[in-house]
Amino acid sequence: MGMGKYIAQRLLFTLFVVLGISILIFFITHIVGNPVDIMLPLQATDVEREALTKALGLDKPMMEQLWIFLRDFSRGDFGISWWQNRPCMEVIMDRLPISMWLILLASMISVVCAIPLGILAAYRPGSILDRVVTIFSTAGICFPPFWIGLMLMLIFAVKLGWLPTSGMGTWKHLVLPAVSISFRPMGHLAQIVRFEMIQQLNALYAVTARAKGVTEMTLLFKHALKNIMTASLTMIGNDYCKQLGGLSAAVEVVFGFAGFGHLISETIENMDFPLLQAEVFFVAIIVCLINLLTDILYAAFDPRIRY
Amino acid sequence: METTKKPKKTSLLRRFRHNKPALIAGIALLIIFTMVILAPVFTDYGPAKSDLANRLTAPTMAPGEAVGVTQPHILGTDQLGRDIYTRLLYGGRVSLNVGFTVATIGGIIGVILGMLAGYFGGWTDMIIMRMVDVWASSPTLLIALTFVMILGPGQKNLILALLINSWTLFCRMARSQVLVIRSSAMVESGHAIGASTNRILYKHIMPNIISPMVTTYILELAHFINAEANLSFLGFGVQPPDTSWGLMIGEGRKYLTQAPWIVIFPGLLIATTVLCLNLMGNWIRDEFDPLAVKL
Repeated sequence: MGMGKYIAQRLLFTLFVVLGISILIFFITHIVGNPVDIMLPLQATDVEREALTKALGLDKPMMEQLWIFLRDFSRGDFGISWWQNRPCMEVIMDRLPISMWLILLASMISVVCAIPLGILAAYRPGSILDRVVTIFSTAGICFPPFWIGLMLMLIFAVKLGWLPTSGMGTWKHLVLPAVSISFRPMGHLAQIVRFEMIQQLNALYAVTARAKGVTEMTLLFKHALKNIMTASLTMIGNDYCKQLGGLSAAVEVVFGFAGFGHLISETIENMDFPLLQAEVFFVAIIVCLINLLTDILYAAFDPRIRY
Repeated sequence: METTKKPKKTSLLRRFRHNKPALIAGIALLIIFTMVILAPVFTDYGPAKSDLANRLTAPTMAPGEAVGVTQPHILGTDQLGRDIYTRLLYGGRVSLNVGFTVATIGGIIGVILGMLAGYFGGWTDMIIMRMVDVWASSPTLLIALTFVMILGPGQKNLILALLINSWTLFCRMARSQVLVIRSSAMVESGHAIGASTNRILYKHIMPNIISPMVTTYILELAHFINAEANLSFLGFGVQPPDTSWGLMIGEGRKYLTQAPWIVIFPGLLIATTVLCLNLMGNWIRDEFDPLAVKL
């Protein structure tokens, strides 16, 4: 199967997933909850209720509503945000790119730290260095990222005054949030790199390479590193998706960072149904595209993988 | 039966005693769980009892005044003069309750689905695993948050929301274990002598997948304690005056510069609990899984 055909197939799958998720979100928001009850105050009269129901098109049969909903989505019309009173698309476009950069920066920090740490630990399993790395990586997973954020803020912004406590604008505002977000993926990635590297260094090809006189550096970085990339990429991609899908919200709230995660949290506080639907839609598409991208990258690292 | 079982049990205990990290983790967890469950025994204050004269008091060993309790505020007080130590114990009840409930229900659903998928294969397997795949590539946290938005915040709704994403890992793990055991001679001979499907599933396969499932359970429990903290921090979990570890950090962060202890202690407790659970989980995995890399 050619690469082009594979990508086409995956894009079709993406379309189905996004369609499925859109329908799911439609049913959750329209059957489990009634937008009218949430939007109007408790003492609203029946006349007001009816007027709003009509204005939102909620008096039409469910299937017709679903049809209208999907039709608008496919045209890129996500409706008007109730909370901000402007198109959802605009609201999201204001906040999504900055968060994508923030999380990308966090991913880069975690990769730059985790891969060398994992390799160091794997090189002499059971050594002091290995134990230090293992403890460090486990701790990275255990501490809540928003708590790490608060502690970093206390030390580097309040006590030392090196970096701003909150807000956004300059690169300095990105440092603390990105570092706080990077701890968890760093821990996960270091563990995976260590585990995979130990297996690689004990594999038969590594024994052969050493017997032939290949230097340790060449073995590590030219042969073994390539082989652990599939597992690492999966991990990096998954984590990026999770962070973008709302996990980064708490850290963004801590630093008053007006990003996508913060927007999700505000959307829920303001019970903004159309905006949340649009957010789910965007995240679903990005998640699928990132999964596709990692799949394509696999082939670059592992010649056995052919699409 | 007695004679073959006993030595194994003692040697397991001995191995546990000799693994220092696991031993320390086990003891720490026992202490945390006991203190949280028996909160009223370990503290004289109530979780919502405020002592306005002693607001934002730093951790102290001096006996408390004003409210008629002499127990010192060993971990300080918050913005309403409530004892942090007491609130940690009572808040832990919520955090642990959410963690255990979600991991248990998710585990049961996931293991059943995984066993069905692994044992029957074919269409059953395809449908269940496709569901897991679609779930893995969808923004489950956002879908969970959608539920929170519609149902409103609160402990019960938070559990429901977290349950959405709780079964997939168990399902995958159970399936892969069942696939290995299904092809063993034990199951084959079971079929040969005419054992029923139920008998094979519950008498042969279930006991053999228990230890990996226990590991998964402990690691997932740690994961959900963290997830609860995350959502409670944002205010989507229990509502004040009730509290949980995450909410304590969320409420206390406004006072970070004046009273950092409000935020520091709950975070340390979450991390300690999660770290100990991870250490226990890893120990059980290494102890029972012959395929795991032994170092």
